[in-house]
Amino acid sequence: MNIMHYLADLLVRSLFKADPATWPYTWIAYAVVIGVGALLAFAFVAIFAGPVTWIERRIAGRIQSRIGPNRNGPQGCLQWLADGIKCWLKEDLVPATADKPLYLAAPYLVFTGMFGAFVVLPFGAHVIAADLNVGLLYILAVTSLVVVGLLMAGWGSNSKWALFGGVRSAAQLVSYEVPSAFSLMAVVLMAGTLSTQGIVGAQGGWPWQWFVFRNPFLFAAFIMYFISAIAEGNRTPFDLPEAESEIIAGYNIEYSGMRFLFFLFAEWANMWIMAAVATLAFLGGWQIPGISPERIAEAKGWTFVGWQALSFAIFVFKGTCLVFTIIQIRWTLPRLRVDQLMITCWKYLVPLSMGSATGVLLLMALVREGGIVDWVMRGAMLLVGLLVAGAYIRKVRATFMADRDNYKKMEGRDLWYPPYRLP
Amino acid sequence: MGYSYAPLLFVVGFALVIPVAFVLLSTRLGPRRPNPVKTEPYESGIVPIPAPERKFQVRFYLVAVSFLLFDVEIVFLFPWAVRFRSLGWFGFGAMLIFLAVLVLGLIYEWRKGALEWR
Repeated sequence: MNIMHYLADLLVRSLFKADPATWPYTWIAYAVVIGVGALLAFAFVAIFAGPVTWIERRIAGRIQSRIGPNRNGPQGCLQWLADGIKCWLKEDLVPATADKPLYLAAPYLVFTGMFGAFVVLPFGAHVIAADLNVGLLYILAVTSLVVVGLLMAGWGSNSKWALFGGVRSAAQLVSYEVPSAFSLMAVVLMAGTLSTQGIVGAQGGWPWQWFVFRNPFLFAAFIMYFISAIAEGNRTPFDLPEAESEIIAGYNIEYSGMRFLFFLFAEWANMWIMAAVATLAFLGGWQIPGISPERIAEAKGWTFVGWQALSFAIFVFKGTCLVFTIIQIRWTLPRLRVDQLMITCWKYLVPLSMGSATGVLLLMALVREGGIVDWVMRGAMLLVGLLVAGAYIRKVRATFMADRDNYKKMEGRDLWYPPYRLP
Repeated sequence: MGYSYAPLLFVVGFALVIPVAFVLLSTRLGPRRPNPVKTEPYESGIVPIPAPERKFQVRFYLVAVSFLLFDVEIVFLFPWAVRFRSLGWFGFGAMLIFLAVLVLGLIYEWRKGALEWR
């Protein structure tokens, strides 16, 4: 039972007093509900991508001991809105030498490829637009449209920097699709289905029921998926397509105004999609600890709505944690060289991810689920995960404290800049 | 099945309509004063030296070819991964042979130096 069906049936029953199964116009109600759902998904992307750009710039400022945008609204929180409106008021410029159809169509393709993935993201227990039985394959396929869009932008701009950026990002995106697909295949093996809801359903609410902590090979697959997701999102250790010091801004250099904004929009929304796929495939998705999916499905009235809201909140929380990790990685690590980028993919990630998928296979064939070995592995992996997370939090906290102490030393001194309070 | 693919059509429709509407609105709101200098391709503010001729390294073709191989392989592997539990040891062995052939291909590519980036 899908929430779209449920709402459409509810609409038909309450508004038209008809039986949805026999009423001939049920599909209209269904279409209206889906239309509203698609709008809500768009609003989610906009509301997510917008403020996250501002938050990212503030975090970057904090990491680099500068201030970041703090002028529009309290603490600069309206900066993203101002940027969006500004892009609306800019001239939509087409270079004289550009290949016009390709140049004009590229942003739409990038946006469609990104937005199409939202259809199968399971935001909550029943909050999903369409639970396709080929869900994961569909995400891999539809996000490949982005590659075509980037190539079109690079080729159509007819500028050498745009062309370099375009082919670079195409090469990078297609290369890193191989390890990410192999890592996801390990999950598909465990779950035995490609449907996103099915994969979430094969896990549980508690961390030891998640796929990351099931066995060492899945843990490795998660890390490799995360690395290739960062590379596919063109984020910093792998942001060669947009390396400012080498090719200025890559494929989007000739774009201005709204078209340029759509490239940026797609980049930030893509970050969310990658985090969401990692969450649903490895981190248990929307599963609420201690509450089985059957209990949610059987709930009635406000309890049902409450469970949906809670599962939605859990999914968004997990995804946002991953997004912030990606942001922190971006402002911490230096950029790779082109050869290092390709070697990381083809010589390390591809063989390792193939190996991890084969390892998952072997463990599935040899280890009985729920047996002693299975539980020992889960416990050990959970311990490793907790240690990694603990070390990470400790390190971040220590750096933050050291920075704060340094700031305190500066207070009261005569400085050439106004001593703004850092966030 | 019928209904389950309907949202896809709608969302893709939205994904086409929304950007087109936004861009149209922006052409209404924004100025439109192109001039020859403004519409030149970008070259750090100096006059672009010779006309851009769209050349790029042949290495990118190699990457594309390796990607094609592995992507086709993934297309084969996913349906098998879904059915793995019911296929048993026969499916396991068959796929292991398939993977071994591909690993051999990867090793060959590696030895030939196709994965180096010079």
